[in-house]
Amino acid sequence: MTQDALASTADILIGNRGAIQDAESDKQVFQVPWGKAMMWIFLLSDTFIFSCFLISYMSLRISTTVPWPIPSEVFALSFGGDPIPLILIAIMTFVLITSSGTMALAVNFGYRKNKKLTVLLMSATALLGAMFVGMQVFEWTKLIVDEGVRPWGNPMGAAQFGASFFMITGFHGLHVSAGVIYLSVVAWRVGSGYYDRHKNGNYETVEIAGLYWHFVDLVWVFIFAFFYLW
Amino acid sequence: MAAQEGHQQHPLSVYFWVWGLLFVLSGFSYAVDYYQLEGYLRWSLILLFMFLKAGFIIAIFMHMAWERLALIYAILVPPLCLLVFIALMAIEGEYIELSRLIAFGPAAEIISTHH
Repeated sequence: MTQDALASTADILIGNRGAIQDAESDKQVFQVPWGKAMMWIFLLSDTFIFSCFLISYMSLRISTTVPWPIPSEVFALSFGGDPIPLILIAIMTFVLITSSGTMALAVNFGYRKNKKLTVLLMSATALLGAMFVGMQVFEWTKLIVDEGVRPWGNPMGAAQFGASFFMITGFHGLHVSAGVIYLSVVAWRVGSGYYDRHKNGNYETVEIAGLYWHFVDLVWVFIFAFFYLW
Repeated sequence: MAAQEGHQQHPLSVYFWVWGLLFVLSGFSYAVDYYQLEGYLRWSLILLFMFLKAGFIIAIFMHMAWERLALIYAILVPPLCLLVFIALMAIEGEYIELSRLIAFGPAAEIISTHH
């Protein structure tokens, strides 16, 4: 006992290094790969960013005395016949959910070391993501050119509609675009054997990229509910 | 358990089930708008489908259900403070709307013509 106590006293450092040692107590809190823990913490910070956007949208919509434009009419689209409410947004939602499914499968096949299917499913995910961004470009163009929506006003109602719309969907679209690039890079690395050569065949990066992609889908669930349906 | 090694390998059927469920729930959300439900029924259904979808994505697709509790707490507890933020901004928003109605609404003109 006494010997142990003495030995541990000798190990205690002084000064700054001691302070760091005391604070960290040399423990690992999260029993997951560090990249995964860091991705989760990044996603947590991103949660707060998107929450700020959605909460400011809520404040604007509550505080305005002018009627808010009706999303199901603003985002209606007609294919020759009567306009179908929110149809483009519904298709975009389904595209994003499909991509989330392919991503989940890609992660699974990554752990099974099925290189071919992992690359194929990740490429499909990136492609669906690119499709989503393309549809968003179409949506923005229609709103700006045909319906005259601007960040400072629009012909349908409350002036704050445009600012909220462009900020929220723009920031989300940016995340999807970044995700498409991210997934493409990781898919390329899986396919070219980068992880086999440099990480001893560890494909955990696929899961980390997957976390990011599912988060983008998650944010869309909230945007769809609060901005388009409410 | 697999989670202790940081590995997440689960039967494919789980993913297909959740995938299907997300499609069905999205369909329901869309139906809320398509059938033009109004008022508290609309809002509660929107929130219900939203939280169910979010829950399935986080728990299954993001593997949170199989993570250790330390990570779950670290990620899921901090966003709870957003509830306070939402409540505060809702109160603030109502107050601003009221101020605008008093200062710029029809009542304001009556007050200004009397002065």
